[in-house]
Amino acid sequence: MFKYIISFVCGLLFSLGLTISGMTLPHKVIGFLNVFGAWDITLLFVMAGAILVYSISFIIIKKGEKPLLDSKFHLPIAQKIDKKLFIGAVLFGVGWGLVGLCPGPAITSLSSGSPQILYFVGAMIIGSAVPKLLFR
Amino acid sequence: MEIIFNFNDSMRALLGGALIGLSASLLMLFKGRIAGISGIVHGIFFSKDNGKAWRLVFILGLVFGGYLSFYFLDNPFHTELTFSNSQFIIAGLLVGIGTKVGNGCTSGHGVCGISRFSMRSIFATLVFIGSGVLTVFLMRSM
Repeated sequence: MFKYIISFVCGLLFSLGLTISGMTLPHKVIGFLNVFGAWDITLLFVMAGAILVYSISFIIIKKGEKPLLDSKFHLPIAQKIDKKLFIGAVLFGVGWGLVGLCPGPAITSLSSGSPQILYFVGAMIIGSAVPKLLFR
Repeated sequence: MEIIFNFNDSMRALLGGALIGLSASLLMLFKGRIAGISGIVHGIFFSKDNGKAWRLVFILGLVFGGYLSFYFLDNPFHTELTFSNSQFIIAGLLVGIGTKVGNGCTSGHGVCGISRFSMRSIFATLVFIGSGVLTVFLMRSM
């Protein structure tokens, strides 16, 4: 039970961080990507705040042998910068720039009840199943 | 180039970012998991490990936090922009495909990966911000 409470609290803190910082406002996100126009640098501070906290805590947490509620740390093993990483990041960036939504803010915005957010999230889930169908 | 900077907005952004960092820290401390939202959402439906339940609960927490935000923020989801339904669907598909092929999004690569000094994540973040910037530039010129 406790591990589910932790998961819930983590999700909750994450979305409060997103709404407080303005990440759930697509015009702020697009303003951040509008480097060649009127560049809104607010979201640089979101990344700075998050990286500042997590980079320090990660070093401390990794000093432990394992997480408190699991037998091991589940960290990505891939090291190589390859074509797949590049293509994926390009496609994600285009989708992000088109409507100013990335996965975290999109899921959080489901609470607004907007049907367009629902379309986006539905398409996102379907999209995430596509690569496996193509490269099986 | 014109730069928009508002001190109060930026301090709120810093605080919000710190909360995101705290959430990611707790998830690593207790469960040893990366707080990558695209991977967590995908995993609810398609993961092969027995971790579907914690992922779903995390996402429920994410949505619940959105509801809570209405109590202390004027309009947490209001945007000055309008897009067509098809633009939302195309964007969603691209985000879904891209984050799967590239193994992460703004949270997994942009926050967690950069904090771990992962070269892959630093590269991916530069690329998706770059392609996002280019997309916004092209959309504005059309």
